[in-house]
Amino acid sequence: MKRLVKNGRVVDPQSGTDDTLDILLDGGRIARVEKRIPEKGAEVFDATGMVVAPGFIDMHVHLREPGFERKETIASGLAAALAGGFSGVCCMPNTRPVNDNASVTQYILDRARSCSPVRVYPIGAVTRGSKGEELAPYAEMREAGVRAVSDDGHPVASSAVMRRALEYAGSLGLLVIDHCEDLDLVGDGVMNEGPVSVRLGLHGIPAEAESIPVRRDITLARLTGQRVHIAHVSTRLAVEAIRAAKKKRVPVTAEATPHHFSLTEAAVLGFDTNTKMNPPLREQDDVDAVIEGLADGTIDAIVTDHAPHAYEEKMVEFDRAPSGIIGLQTAVPLALDRLVRTDRISLKRMVDAFSSAPARLLGLEGKGRIQEGADADLTIFSLRKETCLAPGDIKSLSKNSPFLGMKLKGAVMAVIIAGELYSAAKKG
Amino acid sequence: MSFAHKHLMGIEELSAEDIALILDTAEKMSEVSRRPLKKVPALRGKLVVNLFFENSTRTRSSFEIAEKRLSADTLNFSASTSSLQKGETLVDTVLNLERMQPDCYVIRHASPGTCQLIHPFTKAALVNAGDGTHEHPTQALLDAMTIRQKKGDFKGLEVLICGDISHSRVVRSNIFLLSKMGAKVTVCGPATFMPPHLESLGVTATTDFERALRGKDVVMMLRIQMERQTKGLFPSLLEYYKTFGLTEERLRLADKQVIVMHPGPINRGVEMASEVADGPYSVILDQVENGVAVRMAVLYLLLGGSEDEAAR
Amino acid sequence: MKRKTLFDAAGIQRSLGRLALEITERLQGCEGVVLIGIHRRGVPLAQRIARLLEKAEKARVPVGSLDINLYRDDFSTVGAAPVLRGTQVDFDISGKTVVLVDDVLFTGRTVRAALDALVDLGRPARVQLAVLVDRGHRELPIQADYVGLSLNTRREDHVELLLKETDGEDALILESAASAARAGSEGKRP
Repeated sequence: MKRLVKNGRVVDPQSGTDDTLDILLDGGRIARVEKRIPEKGAEVFDATGMVVAPGFIDMHVHLREPGFERKETIASGLAAALAGGFSGVCCMPNTRPVNDNASVTQYILDRARSCSPVRVYPIGAVTRGSKGEELAPYAEMREAGVRAVSDDGHPVASSAVMRRALEYAGSLGLLVIDHCEDLDLVGDGVMNEGPVSVRLGLHGIPAEAESIPVRRDITLARLTGQRVHIAHVSTRLAVEAIRAAKKKRVPVTAEATPHHFSLTEAAVLGFDTNTKMNPPLREQDDVDAVIEGLADGTIDAIVTDHAPHAYEEKMVEFDRAPSGIIGLQTAVPLALDRLVRTDRISLKRMVDAFSSAPARLLGLEGKGRIQEGADADLTIFSLRKETCLAPGDIKSLSKNSPFLGMKLKGAVMAVIIAGELYSAAKKG
Repeated sequence: MSFAHKHLMGIEELSAEDIALILDTAEKMSEVSRRPLKKVPALRGKLVVNLFFENSTRTRSSFEIAEKRLSADTLNFSASTSSLQKGETLVDTVLNLERMQPDCYVIRHASPGTCQLIHPFTKAALVNAGDGTHEHPTQALLDAMTIRQKKGDFKGLEVLICGDISHSRVVRSNIFLLSKMGAKVTVCGPATFMPPHLESLGVTATTDFERALRGKDVVMMLRIQMERQTKGLFPSLLEYYKTFGLTEERLRLADKQVIVMHPGPINRGVEMASEVADGPYSVILDQVENGVAVRMAVLYLLLGGSEDEAAR
Repeated sequence: MKRKTLFDAAGIQRSLGRLALEITERLQGCEGVVLIGIHRRGVPLAQRIARLLEKAEKARVPVGSLDINLYRDDFSTVGAAPVLRGTQVDFDISGKTVVLVDDVLFTGRTVRAALDALVDLGRPARVQLAVLVDRGHRELPIQADYVGLSLNTRREDHVELLLKETDGEDALILESAASAARAGSEGKRP
């Protein structure tokens, strides 16, 4: 079946296209991208007044299955991804069991295919059980479909292990994603160390707890000549270290989350556990640095770090609550509202950070571009329509978000995956 | 004027007028404690639940006496005897207690923000009796009552707070209160006991104890918890005493009319010399006495109004 | 709202003089007599009466003040907690004749609370009540022993005593809400 996406503002960061064009999809591929393509024989989607971008890929999602199905399942997580405008997601390996071998990878892929059109790229563990000791079987996992490895949530403390991981993963073309956190320095910290932590009497996590391991990873990337990708960058110190390294052509890349460019530590003032994240919400200067980093490409990708936690897990004392928030359905509206609407980054850069950059980093052929022959994966959104999500609108099993009820300018209208249309428009 | 708050979660939410009203009321309450028959019927038929998730015999006793002097019914719910050991969440504990129709919870808990967590789940008034290292408002109020009795006013007073600033539950409440009332606060301690960004609370922070003592009207020494030593925050108690212990000699650096305070319990020979603790400048036992009056005042002001009208 | 001044400063002072005279007559001097004023305006009244007694009898009459707020029976229905003025009775009342002093006797609830407050302080030989105005409408079986002025009022009227010590001037005022209230209710009737 043919599908024609008409009159949309097509933004393709890879070719630099930003023009009102029609896109003809055929057989799961993009057949033509031109002005005024005849409608005959095609199902038409009128994208007038909307932006049409390459399908968005979220490189950092916790789907929680297997093992934590009370928080989220692959089905509910992918439903949230689809509603949030994503045609693909990478799921982190901190499940139970940990995704440190091909059979877990295969399980995740099978489950995903059975319940959702959203493409899933599982991320394998760096070390067995994410214990930071022995390397996981990368080749076997790569065979099963893994494109990157990470011990997200359990930072690789040993520099020697990290060096070996970079060398070995690099030789297989796998990206190593590192959650940079110096646990010694974190101690019993539960929020950013700054004026707010002093006021609230909550133990602080200094920015250096992130920047020290970031600098170590940069040094190891230089040593090995292999790529390292810094997960959820939250501090100016880290952004500046990465910028300087990129200038020296060290193969380092980075990502940032919507909450780290939308909120400061001030959000913690009411002790809402939905403002407890890891890395923590930082100060305004850090937020500015993250946005600058996104604008100039120091930070390559926007990711959600979608981290569902059940109601009862979050409804506890702040220092005892688990870290993290869901983000799949708020990421695109937040980026449009806080970054594009305010002119802090261009629409093209925003689209790049959500689509082309992840495709590039993960080596996904046919993704992240709107060109003839590319995969027919598209994300279609409006710059003008408002998003305001109630708990009932959330597809995730968990509703742990500080953004519910917030009015954001910008909304996902539809996702197309392999030529199939999934409309995000609310019914009724 | 009247008290417009339904809860006492922290000093931060109070105005200078609120604080003055609590202190004025506390002064009146102390008369009740000096009578042969130390009881008034003001809170007859009110149920106050003392929810103590941390051991604190002093604070709990002081609250309990205050409650009893006002004729409230009291229920002591402490962690060691409670279902918390069995894994019940704090919110569930409160939801259960709620059906016993309490009028007030007095809460001591190790986690900052406990009152804020409970707040949506209760109709009762909440009194924070110390939430982790966040606030301990009644301690700051009893300190203020003691200072006001000795100094008359707070305007321009130079106050030094010395000790484990990082892990103190009383220091923040004291900083908020004294700043609101116009005093000038300096905090002092070993660098490892001083969190960064203290200046953002409007205080002067220093590690030079002797210099900080100069000309001070009020010196408040904080308790050093022995277990901090094992965490590597300071080398030894002896070294602490040598550097930050308040001796008679050091006290001479302060104003001639200085008063010495301590929230208790004191480690003699660690935070201060016995001669200082028992000396003429010490008002430590006045603090204890004022604790009951301040807590009576808080309970009276919070539980006095009808629900609709007193709620903000 | 009609506002009528019943007594000016001289009238109040005359009335207090009569009260003092009655007290000394009835108690045959002021041996063993203590005065305790009920906050707020009972306190300055007690002090004034004491001065009159001391002048007439050439003897010291101890004066105390009583805050009844901690003894109220409407504690949980009043808006916010009433401001405490404090109880100050620096002498032993046990075995004494206590004359409670208040400005206006109305429902009797204040006096009820005052009696409770008083027995917590000691065991007087007897307790009497002196008021400047008795305006009727009792809700409890309480009567004054000494009354400056008996007033016929409507329940919704407002009787207010102003004193130099608390208000800057001496005056006894009757605010009659009657006409206004009637007009209002009639207006609403269909």
